[in-house]
Amino acid sequence: MFINFFQELKQANIPVTLREYLTLIEALNADIPQRKVEDFYYLSRSTLVKDEKNLDKFDRVFGNVFKGLENIEELETAEIPEEWLQLLNEKYLTEEEKKQIESMGGWEKLMEELKKRLEEQEKRHEGGSKWIGTAGTSPYGAEGYNPEGVRIGQKNNRNFKAVKVWDKREFKNLDDDIEIGIRNIKLALRRLRKFAREGAADTLDLPGTIKNTADKGYLDISLVPERRNKVKVLLFFDIGGSMDPHVKLCEELFSAARTEFKNMENFYFHNCLYEYVWKDNRRRHAERLNTWDILHKYSSDYKIIFVGDASMSPYEITYSGGSVEHWNEEPGGLWLERISDIYSNVIWLNPVEEKHWEFTPSTQIIKQILSERMFPLTLDGIDNAMRELSMKK
Amino acid sequence: MKFEGTKDYIATEDLRIAVNASISLERPLLVKGEPGTGKTVLAEEIARALDMPILTWHIKSTTKAQQGLYEYDAITRLRDSQLGDEKVKDVKNYIKKGKLWEAFESEKRPILLIDEIDKADIEFPNDLLQELDRMEFYVYETGETIAAEKRPVVIITSNNEKELPDAFLRRCFFHYISFPDNDTMQKIVDVHYPDIKSKLVSESLKVFYELREIPGLKKKPSTSELLDWLKLLMNEDITPEMLREKNSNNIIPPLHGALLKNEQDVHLFERLAFLARREDNQS
Repeated sequence: MFINFFQELKQANIPVTLREYLTLIEALNADIPQRKVEDFYYLSRSTLVKDEKNLDKFDRVFGNVFKGLENIEELETAEIPEEWLQLLNEKYLTEEEKKQIESMGGWEKLMEELKKRLEEQEKRHEGGSKWIGTAGTSPYGAEGYNPEGVRIGQKNNRNFKAVKVWDKREFKNLDDDIEIGIRNIKLALRRLRKFAREGAADTLDLPGTIKNTADKGYLDISLVPERRNKVKVLLFFDIGGSMDPHVKLCEELFSAARTEFKNMENFYFHNCLYEYVWKDNRRRHAERLNTWDILHKYSSDYKIIFVGDASMSPYEITYSGGSVEHWNEEPGGLWLERISDIYSNVIWLNPVEEKHWEFTPSTQIIKQILSERMFPLTLDGIDNAMRELSMKK
Repeated sequence: MKFEGTKDYIATEDLRIAVNASISLERPLLVKGEPGTGKTVLAEEIARALDMPILTWHIKSTTKAQQGLYEYDAITRLRDSQLGDEKVKDVKNYIKKGKLWEAFESEKRPILLIDEIDKADIEFPNDLLQELDRMEFYVYETGETIAAEKRPVVIITSNNEKELPDAFLRRCFFHYISFPDNDTMQKIVDVHYPDIKSKLVSESLKVFYELREIPGLKKKPSTSELLDWLKLLMNEDITPEMLREKNSNNIIPPLHGALLKNEQDVHLFERLAFLARREDNQS
């Protein structure tokens, strides 16, 4: 029972275990859902999903596995009127009308056609001459003018609503894989901070020392990791055009985490890193900074974070003079290589959805230059990115 | 035993199923959701609806799992022994029962609310695994095993400040209380203030949802804030017209202090309102 469903959930990376599955069966056994689809949906959701970030994935899998389930009930209710109709046909139709039905290929054909159209038709329909609905001239539907018309009872609304429950996908913004927005910015921040809190164990833990000393009877000094941070970060934002809203978000994100970093500097570039960057976007042409100066000024223990969509013409990375804005003596790729040679912790955060990356050659090139250290701008991505950054090399 | 919501508490269909599943299968129910959506109240309302006693265990960052079972008061015993108190001969006199013990002993099947479990140490839920699963524990000092006579209904709330261990989650039912939609909200308001003028409610709900839509608010107002605000509006006899009136000096909804609890949020809102008014005047 529902083993298929269980397997599909596993495939979708929802952490379900046998124990939860057994609980579900037990609950079904105890007759908790009242033989309604949405009851079953609620029950299985509450047994199998334990984290709101997985709710949306669950909704999708549920919709997939039980596609058509809601129709089963509908077909059952539709069967009864079919017999009634047949009776009606024999009782009330005139010879003439019966002949007209024959012209369509007979009763059987009519019903078959009806079924076909029911399948084709997805929405409620009014007017028109083909689809099933009300007040039309199609042979199927209520209040029609076709003598061959078949009247169809109201669709059962309850079932319809049940499908909607998981099709609504109201838990979409709780998913870990979606972009960072207002709601989950806090969570993202927490993850950034987690990264920032790691340090060497070199601070005296006074309460711990007192406790240990009292316990052991001799002076036992214990140390804890320093809470204040030593992490130094250089941020490079790709600015201009479609990136602006993302950049704003990232800036807010990182400046909110600013107190956790010992030092943090922002720089802007356009599309790809070239021989100069700037610190104030309004005065980008007046106040440029030479990229060499930056590479010389900040020591190699700085961590580098690029934020950009990495979508551009491949020439902008690989050729001198490829930049869309100015004549660059050296290709952008060379600058990226220089950065990753000097700094061991370099990552690129990309707000574009991960599945689109492989279709953009420039994204591929940059990813390659940075040895695969490109992460999507999602909670999950930030998590992985911070793990990458905190690795000591 | 079936929980159907109470006259003071609107339970959505999915919440009812989750609650009933956890009652009849005797597993803990883990409830998460935005602050102010009624997680803690849920346990109290279940207790009221099903006429069960409720025991609440508030978790703090210093709470240890052991405190829920029992505590052995060694210091009092030491002092008593120096004073030559007779009590000292029996260890039992120095064992303080915790909330779990109380719940296990209860004659009637109780509800045990473990509130804000995420506040505690990360190992806390793991330490309670066996106790919640088997509903029994062993007291080392006296050598007795305390087992539940009637397995309590366990409701656990979390604010998502820490991840809970998988082993713990596997044993629970889970429900996420999402923010109520307009209809549910209307029902909730009706339940709390049945005599409130319906026009006032719909106007204030409109203002409320508009407020929630404002991007960049530090703390969005939630259900409990709305209820407080409505109470104030009724006390002050604010009319629906006053709420709708936006073009005059009255750009900020009256008594907004109940809705916005952060100075920066109020500033942000004032700025936005000011901008909106300027646009109105220009056009």
